[in-house]
Amino acid sequence: MSPTPSAALGKDLLGLEFLSADVIRLLLDTAEPFKEVSERAIKKVPALRGKTIVNLFFEASTRTRISFEFAEKRLSADTVNVASTGSSVAKGETLVDTAKNLEAMRIDMVVIRHGSSGAARFLAERIESNVINAGDGKHEHPTQGLLDLLTIRDHRPIQGTKVCVVGDVLHSRVARSNIWGLLKLGAEVAVCGPMSLMPAGIGDLGVRVFRRVEEAIEWADVLNVLRLQLERMQAGYIPSLREYYRVFGVTQERLAHAPRELLILHPGPMNRGVEIDSRVADGPHSVILNQVTNGVAVRMAVLYLLAGGRPELAEAAKGGGAGSGERAA
Amino acid sequence: MKPIVIRGGRIIDPAAGRDETADLVLADGRVAGVGKNQGTPDGAEVIDAAGCVVAPGFVDLHVHLREPGREDVETIETGARAAVAGGFTSVCAMPNTDPVTDNQAAVGFIMAQARRARTARVYPIGAVSLGSRGEQMSEFGELVGAGAVAVSDDGKPVATAHLMRAALEYAKTFGIPVVDHCEDHSLSAGGAMHEGLTSTRLGITGIPRSAEDVIVARDILLAELTGGHVHLAHCSTAGSVRMVRDAKARGLRVTAEVTPHHLALTDAACEGYNTNAKMNPPLRESPDVAALREALVDGTVDCIATDHAPHHYDAKEAAFDDAPFGVVGLETALGIALTELVRPGMLALPALVDLLSRRPARVFNLAAGTLARGAAADVVVFDPAATWTVDPEAFFSKSRNTPFAGRELTGCVRCTAVGGTIVHRMGDRPAPHAVGARR
Repeated sequence: MSPTPSAALGKDLLGLEFLSADVIRLLLDTAEPFKEVSERAIKKVPALRGKTIVNLFFEASTRTRISFEFAEKRLSADTVNVASTGSSVAKGETLVDTAKNLEAMRIDMVVIRHGSSGAARFLAERIESNVINAGDGKHEHPTQGLLDLLTIRDHRPIQGTKVCVVGDVLHSRVARSNIWGLLKLGAEVAVCGPMSLMPAGIGDLGVRVFRRVEEAIEWADVLNVLRLQLERMQAGYIPSLREYYRVFGVTQERLAHAPRELLILHPGPMNRGVEIDSRVADGPHSVILNQVTNGVAVRMAVLYLLAGGRPELAEAAKGGGAGSGERAA
Repeated sequence: MKPIVIRGGRIIDPAAGRDETADLVLADGRVAGVGKNQGTPDGAEVIDAAGCVVAPGFVDLHVHLREPGREDVETIETGARAAVAGGFTSVCAMPNTDPVTDNQAAVGFIMAQARRARTARVYPIGAVSLGSRGEQMSEFGELVGAGAVAVSDDGKPVATAHLMRAALEYAKTFGIPVVDHCEDHSLSAGGAMHEGLTSTRLGITGIPRSAEDVIVARDILLAELTGGHVHLAHCSTAGSVRMVRDAKARGLRVTAEVTPHHLALTDAACEGYNTNAKMNPPLRESPDVAALREALVDGTVDCIATDHAPHHYDAKEAAFDDAPFGVVGLETALGIALTELVRPGMLALPALVDLLSRRPARVFNLAAGTLARGAAADVVVFDPAATWTVDPEAFFSKSRNTPFAGRELTGCVRCTAVGGTIVHRMGDRPAPHAVGARR
């Protein structure tokens, strides 16, 4: 009943921390042929025909949910979306009961977004279906990490590239998935932001820490600019958005001093004029929309591999040939 | 009540300075004789204690028995039964029940339930403030009159420096300590585990050491101001015990306890989002564990207390952030202490007995913790070499939330007597609890 897990990947995708570099490369390589599917007039391949997938979003999400849904539909899976508002979750059902009920409906995969760190793992340990973490609390957002890697790789080899994650690292699952993925693929990684938004021991993960964004810009080849949650100001982590922009904003003026051309990423949604200047976001070095495009391809690759698809058949799978997307032996 | 002769055990009674292989005679609820070659009174039960330690029954200054209010996870009866299974003959029940133990009737209820349970002695701790809301002081005089032995707003810190000052001053009239759960909520808000590399990796909001340390510092300063007796519950940080050491050196009336779990585990136990390693204060890092152990050995810390905190299995079967704080501890405390502290040679066996009996009794001024002739016949007999594996299903407690499940421990309680009656024997099995299915 449960799909045979891909031997390389395991049953679930919960984070990048415990994946090997080879598996991460496999995921990125598998995403390559799927990029092309989205460029076609008929954007559909039969790789996951007959599979049922539940998108379980306990937290509001537009981009990630739509991206997963497109990935699922373009692979011909049957999908159901569950949002926390209006569902049994809002009526007080526990996560474990939600999981058991989904399992009882004999589904194949669950994509889960949840506000509590570890929620995806919690679910994965209790159901046989494949579980894909679409963001759990402040822990990880592995498909975002993968799409960031893919986008960087489209422009330069990751090995040896200097990537700085800028902003609210303390509350960011995107930062953690980026750090793990980039380090494993041989990038040099730094973080930069107000020290009140830096988690304890971040330097021990093997990353540099910059206190000033000017230093980060001078050092980096790539900036991944994090969204600043507006409620951080009320919570007392920073004095004001105005000052944040003044001290940490990634602006045209600051980038003008960069010794080399920087690639600019942002996981979205952007607060223009808070963490990033519109002219930078819309400028020639921004790959922010490429990230969104790559997001669908990466998620197709994850779904395909977890469902047991063979990496070497991904090319054939997108062609829709007979037998494509079959489970690995 | 027939007399009991516990024959040939190693009697360790730090209060009397006794550590010898001898016999102990219990009669009429008292210690009737202690020494070599004691005779056997008519009709006495003889317990062969060869190879075992015979010690004063253990005293736990910090347990949560959940009754009234959460009888589904523990009652005074099941908690007291778990206590004697772990060798504890006296336990002090924290007042954060529902309703809070903030009046003499509530204290009387606990005393009455404990009498009915007829196992461990249960000493109520009253609330510092009405409802533990941190506003108006509760009536310490009436609480003590009904049987309370200390006051605390445990679960929460005494809310303000002013309330702590007033409580320390007012408590002096009755000769009771004010027990504080040291946590600055503005530093710990939203936190679910120790703030460090592990919390960063897991993406769990951290509770920094300073959340504890700033309140410890406050309380020590107020003990100095008032001359009152502050007892610091469940110290978890190197900073806490450093300040306690300094306070004691300056002659202040500051006492402190540590839990077995803070002595045995680090925040690494939270890996995999293990909710049975979630407690407050949280498990810290190796340097803290080392500092707590050192403070235990050098006398800075007065006693080991379990902070036994039962929770329903459903509540712990949740995402880490959503699970409640707390672990059960009564039935594993001795084994953990023997395995982690005595077996590696860090602590001598008599010193451990002292930390579990005479010294905690002294902190709360309880008539317990000695086997002197005429003392209450509260005794534990334990085999310090026997090994066993922690099986939560075999607990007498109604709850199973232990971080030590599956651990092999050295040191096993053979039997426990309270007031001259055997209330636990090795091999006793708990009655089935109506707690429902477990994972």
